Amino acid sequence: MSTQPVMKASWMDKFGGRGKLIQILIIAVLILGVLPLFSDIFRLNLYGKYLTYAFVAAGLVLCWGYGGILSLGQGIFFGLGGYCMAMFLKLEASSPENTAIQSTPGIPDFMDWNQLTELPWFWQPFHSFTATLILIVAVPALFAFLIGVAMFKRRVGGVYFAIITQAIASIMTILIIGQQGYTGGINGITDLRSLMGWDIQTDFAKYVLYFACCAALILCLLAGQFILNSRYGQLLIAMRDQEDRVRFSGYDVANIKIFVFVAASVISAIGGAFFTLQVGFMSPSFVGTVASIEMVIFCAVGGRLSLIGAAYGAFLVNLAKSSLSESFPQLWVVAMGALFIAVVMLFPRGLAGLVSDYAAPVRNWFASAFKRETVAASGPETRPSAPKPPESKARDDVSMASAQESH
Amino acid sequence: MGTTDKTGNQRALSGGTGWRRSLMTLAASVMLASGANAAPATSEVNTTGLAVTDDTVTVGILHSLTGTMAISETGSVQAEKLAIEQINAQGGVLGRQIKIIQEDGASDWPTFAEKSHKLLERDKVATVFGCWTSASRKAVLPVFEKDNGLLYYPTFYEGLEESHNVFYTGQEATQQILAGLNWAHDKLGAKTFYLVGSDYIWPRTSMKIARKHIENVLHGKVVGEEYYPLGSTQFGSLINKIKLKKPDLVFGAVVGGSNVAWFKQLNAAGLTFKKQPMLTISVTEDEVLGIGGENVEGLYSSMKYFQSLDLPGNKEFVDAFKKKYGEDAVIGDVTESAYLGPWLWKRAVEAAGSFDVDKVVAASPDMEWDNSPHGYLKVDKNHHLWMRTRIGQWKADGQADVVWESDVIKPNPFPEGYQ
Repeated sequence: MSTQPVMKASWMDKFGGRGKLIQILIIAVLILGVLPLFSDIFRLNLYGKYLTYAFVAAGLVLCWGYGGILSLGQGIFFGLGGYCMAMFLKLEASSPENTAIQSTPGIPDFMDWNQLTELPWFWQPFHSFTATLILIVAVPALFAFLIGVAMFKRRVGGVYFAIITQAIASIMTILIIGQQGYTGGINGITDLRSLMGWDIQTDFAKYVLYFACCAALILCLLAGQFILNSRYGQLLIAMRDQEDRVRFSGYDVANIKIFVFVAASVISAIGGAFFTLQVGFMSPSFVGTVASIEMVIFCAVGGRLSLIGAAYGAFLVNLAKSSLSESFPQLWVVAMGALFIAVVMLFPRGLAGLVSDYAAPVRNWFASAFKRETVAASGPETRPSAPKPPESKARDDVSMASAQESH
Repeated sequence: MGTTDKTGNQRALSGGTGWRRSLMTLAASVMLASGANAAPATSEVNTTGLAVTDDTVTVGILHSLTGTMAISETGSVQAEKLAIEQINAQGGVLGRQIKIIQEDGASDWPTFAEKSHKLLERDKVATVFGCWTSASRKAVLPVFEKDNGLLYYPTFYEGLEESHNVFYTGQEATQQILAGLNWAHDKLGAKTFYLVGSDYIWPRTSMKIARKHIENVLHGKVVGEEYYPLGSTQFGSLINKIKLKKPDLVFGAVVGGSNVAWFKQLNAAGLTFKKQPMLTISVTEDEVLGIGGENVEGLYSSMKYFQSLDLPGNKEFVDAFKKKYGEDAVIGDVTESAYLGPWLWKRAVEAAGSFDVDKVVAASPDMEWDNSPHGYLKVDKNHHLWMRTRIGQWKADGQADVVWESDVIKPNPFPEGYQ
């Protein structure tokens, strides 16, 4: 074998090999090309909203699927990202001219209703767009880091971690609703109209935001693939499957977990920020336990061992939710429930598992048609740095067990 | 549909003496009265591309059919459908039968926003009847303003809002509160007040207004003000505080499931409403059904409508409602407000001679209706309704005796001196 293909392969291997890159390319073509061509702006805006959940689902694949850390509180980070963006937009919408009718012009309307007379200190940084962009990432990252340090350094894991994250999500909701003078309460932060003077409600703006959201999603998927295929990714899988062995090998398991949890939360927060931009408001209903569990469902339906599958899962579940509720306004909840049960019972590895079971033979057939692919499909030993394809069945069965054992 | 409600409603329709937009109205009513099938051409009545054909017009209903709010919003859906059915039986609006597209807001504010996008941008509905909580209204408001849609919102709410695209058929805060407090001050001699509410924008704003009114106008004293999270069921410490302070009146705005626990615990603590008068702005027939009449016997509510109102318009409404939804159906204040929506829209459309939102909006102010279920009403320029406030005292059977009613009160969503 000549050295050139090996060099080329190693570049692609950083992202999981040519197959994964092609899958991401397919997603890119679908969301950047096919969807905008075949849907009107109303549907496209909805699709954009669904795709913001794909960020969360991708984050869950990292920390749950590969790290074995089931977080039932991803809504916290989605919400933090969304609220950071909403606070910036709200301040812009609350210029003294727009709010002249209030007792204290220049502060958001809900503060005025709650008898606040000046902007609270933690709202101040959100006057600046740059600061907002930094905070969208920094606030959830810091929060996830704190949770991570508090939990993982004490070796809290598995079911206990899931319960604690759920409790934190619940606390966040109560906090946001209770402190309505500072947060907008149960109404959320509403009536967001422009971003740095640019009207985000026009059709053109919706297109721009949709494409920006798609681009960010693709970048996040690539980043996720990169993480999973780095040396760290292998450690992560090793830790998920045999935590003690990794610890005895001299690695600090807690740090590995903290990193993946922070990474997942940052990805979720970016999704939250795009959600606010596209939907035009943020409310505590995305932070709470129900929303957080729904996000786990997106991931489970898509396949929790596949970043790409999770993105499809988030999209398809939300699509089903919208179309079922439009067609059967009274029965759709039942239909959705049935759908979830069916997926979990019949396809425990989600859509990605389904695809890899049925598509693999087809792909192998195609692969055998080209020389180089035969090497990639059958000869991992020629590329020592490449991990196995992540959808392997055996690993999946272990992961559930390890999620329960690892504490 | 029986001929009685038909004629009854026709009477209601032409009964208003004060149709200010007389010329246009005259044209519309002549057209109706003549019964001729001469519906105006679609191109004339619909210049903005709404879902209007030569014989139908499509409207949207957007309420929660699932989730925690479903129980509250079902009454509104029923009332809106009843009104639309009656209007259709009378020949529809501008000679067009009303078709309904119903969407489920699922007790989830973003879903409300999504569905309102759909109704306005995909379905091009001529108007929407819907929303219940303030949160859902706040979520859809930017959508309606951007798409220049039309929303009839039925719930009594906190005020502080006025939109070109929304008509508020319930009371804004001052209409419910000021009259109620004045009554308590004059008739019960209340000087000290204890304010209790659920913790969200409506009770908070209402209590803010109540406090200003008590302190600045009635020169009374607020001896306590407390808020409990939505869904809270622990009122023990509050009840002890009330026992300690012995206010002349407890003024309450506790909503939803909390109500059941709140009133049962009050009863269990031996605080009957005879001993401890209490006035609420959040309890209607619907809530009493859940709480149980025996638990609220003697409690006062400040509302514009009670099912027991002895008015001709109400008799027809209650009869028609029970005929459609069963003898046991109860009708609360919000249900009645929801019933007003389609009628007000129909009248405005016919006064405008057009379905165009801007024309309907322009034709609405100063419309009057003498025999609405709750009596006389008038649409104000600020898109709220002039209406009476009534004090009802609850009986064990779940109905209220109306013990007092105010004059017709002008809506004032941005009350000076109460902010």
